[in-house]
Amino acid sequence: MNLAEGVQIVSFIILAAAVVAAALGVVLIPSVVYAAFLLGGVFIGIAGLYLLLNASFVAAAQILIYVGAVNVLILFAIMLVNKREDFRPVKFAWARRGVTAAVCGGLFLLLGTTIITTPWAFSTATPVGDDAVYLIGEHFFSDFLLPFELASVLLLMALIGAIVLARRDFLPESALTASTENLKLPERPRELVAVAKADQPSN
Amino acid sequence: MNSGIDLQGTFIRSLIDLGLSPGLAKLLWMPLPMLLMIIGATVGLLVCVWLERKISAGAQQRVGPEYVGPMGTLQPAMDGLKLIFKEDIVPGKADSVLFTLGPILVILPVFVSYLIVPFGQNLLITDVGLGVFLWISLSSIQPIGLLMSGYASNNKYALLGGLRAAAQSISYEIPLALAVLAVVMMSNSLSTIDIVQQQSGYGILGWNIWRQPVGFVIFWIAALAECERLPFDLPEAEEELVAGYQTEYSGIKFALFYIASYVNLVLSGLLVVVLYLGGWESPVPIDWLASLLNVPETNAALQVATASLGILMTLFKTYLFVFLAILLRWTLPRVRIDQLLDLGWKFLLPIGLVNLLITAGLKLSLPFAFGG
Repeated sequence: MNLAEGVQIVSFIILAAAVVAAALGVVLIPSVVYAAFLLGGVFIGIAGLYLLLNASFVAAAQILIYVGAVNVLILFAIMLVNKREDFRPVKFAWARRGVTAAVCGGLFLLLGTTIITTPWAFSTATPVGDDAVYLIGEHFFSDFLLPFELASVLLLMALIGAIVLARRDFLPESALTASTENLKLPERPRELVAVAKADQPSN
Repeated sequence: MNSGIDLQGTFIRSLIDLGLSPGLAKLLWMPLPMLLMIIGATVGLLVCVWLERKISAGAQQRVGPEYVGPMGTLQPAMDGLKLIFKEDIVPGKADSVLFTLGPILVILPVFVSYLIVPFGQNLLITDVGLGVFLWISLSSIQPIGLLMSGYASNNKYALLGGLRAAAQSISYEIPLALAVLAVVMMSNSLSTIDIVQQQSGYGILGWNIWRQPVGFVIFWIAALAECERLPFDLPEAEEELVAGYQTEYSGIKFALFYIASYVNLVLSGLLVVVLYLGGWESPVPIDWLASLLNVPETNAALQVATASLGILMTLFKTYLFVFLAILLRWTLPRVRIDQLLDLGWKFLLPIGLVNLLITAGLKLSLPFAFGG
């Protein structure tokens, strides 16, 4: 095993551990904001895994799209509508959690056994590396033309939809006269602390 | 095309001659360019801060810093020392983990982006095939750090600043990427080295600025907006938001924001130079001068001269743009947030698209000039 392989294995272990830990954090941490930031961590970790697989373009695209756009959008939405309210404790919350955990554990076991039992056909071709950009481009305009165009139409629809939503003149009058209460930005209450007293020596 | 000086090859060969194994020699080489680039970026930052203070003083008819070092050149270092020794305050109700992580997430991508900045044929850390695309995707991590610090400060001004920063950098990333895309289309490559190579050979006449004047203006405006410099410094607009996401920060964490913004400014200047002004090429091609004087390409003195002139040229052009950015900052008023978003979405974006379309058309019709 030479140096490069050692570095690859160590970074794979670190990345995989980080991705799994961050993904568990996204699910288990009750704070939405923390979950969203950890989601960004998961995306970056996955980009690192792509890098290890010699897919640098996919890695950079992953960071640009998932971290730079999707995650920022999620954070943006959370921070704009972040109302600080205490949720009422739900009855039988433990039962719900137990069922969810059982379902997720079952899924994990199922997928795990599938992965282990499937005879994977490993590709022996050498990774293209930086030429991947050209190859992806060729595929987009030949055999993957239809999915590519469909995705672009979908994005265009989303774009037009966002513009329609943002332009108020398409909305009915009644929707515009929404209540003006609760427009405060989230800020935890701060009580004033007597600083001067603490400085004086107690004699 | 002569490849110039190969420092890496010479270094590794001399270490192997000393009796080290090739793997060890490569390992010893690896940290050197990275360290050099970090030092270079830091020195560039200090120069930039000094320039900012001197030029702002000039614009306001003051003298500016002049006591620390000759002409106040050591003032930025003193500023840095002061910030390091200041107390590092975390506000009482702030979220201390996110509060600390925010500035780190802001500064890291900027320094990592120096990976792709070339100062010469072989004078860059690594010739990543992705090049400018790597820079664009790395710079998209920054808004997360800004949002994080804005949220963690537990301050409405900080939160508003963070939200504005994210909105601004998302909207200006698109015209920026479109402008870069037009250049990439002409050079048939994302790599910064190839982009400079494609502009070389004809001196100042071959530079991309003549072929991409519109793209150049779009890139420059968008880069200024990404750096949050004054015509676009809404995230930290003092009169509206105290200091935006930096409000609650002090000491070294504030310094991290400060460093990130100036290093980012120098980086933007460097990329303008790489993409539009021929990178390390001088206005008069050196190869042509050498052939005129009958100096062979393999002449060692010529190679050293070419390399050092390349570094000088890159830095000279870069600081020309830094100077322009500073001058803009101290002479222009700030735009409003709606004007900012209008400019980005309704003006730069359509123009960027049209520019891309025209470049594609010209590439097909005039392949000799537009890299067919």
